[in-house]
Amino acid sequence: MPSANGTREITYVEAVREALTQAMQADERVFLIGEDIGVYGGAFGVSAGMHAQFGDQRVIDTPISEAAIVGACVGSALTGMRPVGEIQFMDFITLGMEQLVLQAAKVRFMFGGKASVPMVLRTPGGSGTGAAAQHSESLETWFTHVPGLKVVMPSSPYDAKGLLLAAIADENPVIFVEHKLLYKISGPVPEEPYTIPLGQPNIVRSGQHLTVVATSIMVQRAKQAAEELAKEGIELEIVDPRTLNPLDDTLMIQSVMKTGKALIVHESVKTSGYGAELAARIVESEAFDYLDAPVRRLAGLDIPIPYNRNLEYHAVPQVENIVAEARKLVRGEY
Amino acid sequence: MAKTKNSKTSPVAAASTLSDAQLHEMLYTMMVIRRFEEKALELYSLGKVHGTMHLSIGQEATAVGASAALTQQDYLLNTHRGHGHCLAWGSQADLMMAEFMGKETGYCRGRGGSMHIANVDANNLGANGIVAGGLPISVGVGLSIKSRNTEQVVMVVFGDGASNEGAFHESLNMASIWNLPVIFLCENNQYAMSMPVEKSMRVERISERAAAYGMYGVTVDGNDPQAVFAAVLRARQQAVAGHGPTLIECNTYRYMGHSKSDRQAYRTREEVKAWMDKDPIERLAGNLGLKESAKEALFKKAEAEIAEAVSFAEASPEPDPADIMEGVYA
Ligand SMILES: Cc1ncc(C[n+]2csc(CCOP(=O)(O)OP(=O)(O)O)c2C)c(N)n1
Repeated sequence: MPSANGTREITYVEAVREALTQAMQADERVFLIGEDIGVYGGAFGVSAGMHAQFGDQRVIDTPISEAAIVGACVGSALTGMRPVGEIQFMDFITLGMEQLVLQAAKVRFMFGGKASVPMVLRTPGGSGTGAAAQHSESLETWFTHVPGLKVVMPSSPYDAKGLLLAAIADENPVIFVEHKLLYKISGPVPEEPYTIPLGQPNIVRSGQHLTVVATSIMVQRAKQAAEELAKEGIELEIVDPRTLNPLDDTLMIQSVMKTGKALIVHESVKTSGYGAELAARIVESEAFDYLDAPVRRLAGLDIPIPYNRNLEYHAVPQVENIVAEARKLVRGEY
Repeated sequence: MAKTKNSKTSPVAAASTLSDAQLHEMLYTMMVIRRFEEKALELYSLGKVHGTMHLSIGQEATAVGASAALTQQDYLLNTHRGHGHCLAWGSQADLMMAEFMGKETGYCRGRGGSMHIANVDANNLGANGIVAGGLPISVGVGLSIKSRNTEQVVMVVFGDGASNEGAFHESLNMASIWNLPVIFLCENNQYAMSMPVEKSMRVERISERAAAYGMYGVTVDGNDPQAVFAAVLRARQQAVAGHGPTLIECNTYRYMGHSKSDRQAYRTREEVKAWMDKDPIERLAGNLGLKESAKEALFKKAEAEIAEAVSFAEASPEPDPADIMEGVYA
C-alpha cells in the first residue's frame, strides 16, 4: 500500500472517480449502474466524463428504480460480473432494501457458500447541504446490523480510493458510504492503483490524553478539534474504523488502554447508533480496566434532519461540540 | 388569489367548460406561480434560500387546471417540483416563502423546506422528496375516504420518472382493485433529471400503463389548463361515483434544469426553445385576447404580491434551536 505522503492532491470526488476508472480499466467485468450517472455525470459529479470514456454498456443509466438497480447488481454479480451500483442519495436505499438485505446479504450463506455476490453499492450520505429530512440520512448503522454485508465509510480522499478499489475486488456485497460534504475536500492520493484492506482501521492522529473514535466526516471534524485542543496541551488520538463491518477493533482497544478515555463521534442518530457498538466493544474488552472515565458518545440528535440551516447545524456534532466534550472528558468532569 | 386561503376555483358541476372569469383567474394564478418561482430562484442565488430547488416554470397550466377541478374537501399529495400545485391549491405565498427561507412562520416551521412543504389545514398533505413516495400514501387516503364514506377524492401528483418505481405499479393496482377515489396525475415534463421518457420506458404514453391495472388512463395537453381541468373533473366524477381511480398524463415541459446544479447536457437549446414557444401563460393570455398591456399589468400585480410575501418572510423569525427536538413524536 503506497503511503499518502508526498503525492499530488486531489479531491475526494476525484479519488472515487479515479478508483472507478482504474477498476474498469483493469477488469472488463466491472461496470457502473445507476440513475443519471451517464451524460449527467452523477448527481454529485462522481462519474463525470466516464460515460464518454466507457460508453453505454459500462456506464449504465437506469430509470428511477432503486429496487431494480440493487437487484441488477445482485444478479449480475452472481453470474460473473463486478457491478458498482450507485444509489443517488443514501436515503433511497430504503427502496432497494429488500434486494440488499434479504437477497444480496443472504445468497451466499443460503446457498451453502457455493455462490458469491461481489457487488459494491456506492451512495452519498449525511447532512449539511440543506436538503432536509429525506435527503440527509445517515443509515450506515442499519447495514452493519445485517450479516453478509460489508460497510465502508471513507473519511479522506486517500482512503476513498484505496477502500473503493478493495471493495470492488471483494467477493461480498459492500455498501460504500461517501459523505456529501467530503466530496470537495482535497488530500494526497497516489496515482497508481492501491487497496486498503477492508476491516483495517487507521490511527489518523496520535495523542495520549483521549481516544476519539470517529467515522466519515467526523474524522475531519475531530482533526480540527484536535488542533484546537493541542493549543491547550490536550492531545487527542483519533481512530477511524474506515470499515464499520467487519471491524477489527484491536487498534481502538489498544488506543483506549493507552489513553484511558474514549469519545465516540458519528453523524447518525445516537439511539442504537454505531457508537453503541463501539462503546460496547471497548467496555467488554481488556480496555475496561484502563478506563478512567465513562465512554462517551457524541452523535446526531434523535430527530430527522431539519431544513433550517441553523437547526440542521445543531442536529449533528460539530467541531465545537467535539472540543467541548473532549475537554470535559480529559478534565475528568464525567 | 394565491394569498387567500383555499381559494381554489370550485368545480363546475358536470360542466367541462370554464367561464371567462374562471379562465382569467387561472391565468392570474399561473402568473403568480411563475413570479413566485422566479423570485425563489433569485433568493436561492442570493443564498437566502438554501438546499436544493426544483422549479416548475413552464408547467403552470397543469397545476392550475388540476386544482381548479377539485374542491376544498379533496386532498392533494405533491412532488418535489410542486410549488405550482401548492399555490394553485390555495396556499399563501407568504407562508410558503417563509418556509423556503426556513422561518418559524413557514408552513412547516422551517423544518421541511420547499421539498417537503405541506398545508395540512387545506388538505394539502405535502410535497415529497422521494420519487413516487406519495403514491402509496394516496392509496391510504383513498381507503380512508372510502371507509368514511365522504364525497372526497385524493389527487397525487408525480413525474414521468416516478412511473418507473415499484411504488407506482403497486399503488395503481391496489387503488384499482378496491375502486378507490384516487386521481393519479402524472406530470410528464419529458425528463426524469437527465433521463428522457423515450429511454426509460417502451410504451409511448404513460397513460397506457393504466390498462395493465384495469384503470382508465388518458393523456392530455398539460400546457392547456382547460384540457387538464376537464380530465381531472371527469376523473373526480368517476371516483365520487364509485368507479375508482384514473391515471391522467399531462404532457408539459420544465424550462429550467432539474435543480440548480444541472448543466443540462442531456437536451438541446432548440428543444427548450420549441417548448417555450408553447408557453402555457402566453397561450392562455392569447386565447383570452388579452392585450400586451393588460398582460403586463397582471404580471405586475403578481409580482407585487410576491414582493409582499418576500418582505413577510424576511421579517419573520428563525426557529429557536431550543425547540430542535420538537415534532418528532406526537
Ligand atoms: C426514490 C428516489 N430516487 C431518486 C431520487 C432523486 N431524484 C429526485 S427528482 C428525480 C427525477 C424525477 O423525475 P420525475 O419523476 O419525472 O419528476 P420531475 O423531476 O421531472 O418533476 C430524481 C431522480 C429521489 N428523490 N427519490
